[in-house]
Amino acid sequence: MKIMTCPMNGPRNISEFQWLGPAHDAAEATDENLITRLFHTPNPMGVLREWWRHTPSSTVFIAERDLITDEILRTYLKGSDADKPQTNS
Amino acid sequence: MEDGKRGRSMPMELLKYGLRRGHRPYRDIPATPDLRKRYDVVIIGGGGHGLAAAYYLSHYHGISDIAVLEKGYLAGGNTARNTTTIRSNYLTLPSIEFYREGLSLFETMSQELGFNVMFSQRGQLTLAHSDAAMRSFRLRAEMGKHAGIRAEVVDARTVQTLCPHVNMDFGGQHEVLGGLWHADGGTARHDAVAWGYAKRAAEKGVEIHQRTEVTGFGITGSRMTKLHTNRGTIAAGQILQAAGGMNGRIGEMAGIRLPIRNFPLQAMVTQPLKPFMDILLSSSNLHTYLVQSSRGEIVIGGGTDPYQLISTRSSLPQKEALATGALQLMPFLHNVKILRQWAGITDITPDFSPIMGASPLQNYWLDAGWGTWGFKATAVAGKRMAETIATGRVPDLLMPFALERFERFELLNEMGATAAGH
Repeated sequence: MKIMTCPMNGPRNISEFQWLGPAHDAAEATDENLITRLFHTPNPMGVLREWWRHTPSSTVFIAERDLITDEILRTYLKGSDADKPQTNS
Repeated sequence: MEDGKRGRSMPMELLKYGLRRGHRPYRDIPATPDLRKRYDVVIIGGGGHGLAAAYYLSHYHGISDIAVLEKGYLAGGNTARNTTTIRSNYLTLPSIEFYREGLSLFETMSQELGFNVMFSQRGQLTLAHSDAAMRSFRLRAEMGKHAGIRAEVVDARTVQTLCPHVNMDFGGQHEVLGGLWHADGGTARHDAVAWGYAKRAAEKGVEIHQRTEVTGFGITGSRMTKLHTNRGTIAAGQILQAAGGMNGRIGEMAGIRLPIRNFPLQAMVTQPLKPFMDILLSSSNLHTYLVQSSRGEIVIGGGTDPYQLISTRSSLPQKEALATGALQLMPFLHNVKILRQWAGITDITPDFSPIMGASPLQNYWLDAGWGTWGFKATAVAGKRMAETIATGRVPDLLMPFALERFERFELLNEMGATAAGH
């Protein structure tokens, strides 16, 4: 069983979660990068910052996950203390 | 049998062959030669598409100074991992016309290659369990008729006639309301398709370099001049990128941004059963499809994993989802054992259509974005990309699939006709 940690409900079965796709920063949305935002979704061979939802509690949060190893590195609520770039990992 | 020995009886030939001493091993594919300094054409990716392009270039366009570079072993990526659905019942006119030509090439492939690809044109039935699915089927059937393929909406009674083993689930949650019957649909042996193209291309002098990974590119102005590999650096007149799941990454290395995301696609096969299912069966609602292979195994496929990943790992939840769908359609499979399971890395585009044709580099051509729908296009993509490379002009058939369509908002949305149907 793959486990994901919901920031509100703790470690739960991955089947309780819904993937909502890569996180975009609304402030980065401009007319110039419209094509990029619509079609060129991030697909790094590394860590992706993405939206997830814990379905039973409808908790929407951010996860940082490695797209090669499928390792979930961090999960946190948007705007929480944890929601800032980590300088050392 | 070798060609010159036709006419003698096969049992006698086999007996003589079996009793003869000192057999020399016969290889369809030559061993990997040393890498030369330059080739007229270099093809990145030794899967079905790349090998088909090499075949058509060498047999139809007189270009055989070709190197096919394959990172792993021949046709070991998505060519080996797909579930071999061949069909043309798509939604948009450019797609239907493209896949129609692709399907027709499968009809004559064994004869063309002198290599049995075991093409079985048994028809594909997609089930609808909702009114919404029936509506989309009507649209696809009308588009199909318009484009001259065989696609028709059938009612529940006809579904039972076409596939008596289907659990109709009358009154249940997944009641079968009807289906989309595609009499042109079929299946073929994926390995044989790649090997057939490889064998015939190699006969014309095409070099197939296995275990040869592209590690970087040298670009001068708007031309690609160098390819760096783990076996040395080479130069090429023209380059074709046909790297399957790694297309996004290879494009990135070439400085070409492709709208591609990777998702794993998982499948599995059961133990062999007596032949009972003579069609390809899909369900668009359950995201499951079943086909009985020539060995009797039930091949079970479905949609991609629910989140992005660049890995061929399998997961229990996805395998359970496949099994759930299969058991809904055919509950009598419940004690059948799974023999093998696997995953491939798909390169999904925003509109579920491929990217073919020109790139921002003059001598670099794209055959990418094949997601979960690439196998059926092996022949036509190879043939038309070969034509593109040989003439320097993208054929009309491929123009709608240009990379620039995203800039122009001219998408070819095939999500509804592809996501669960492959």
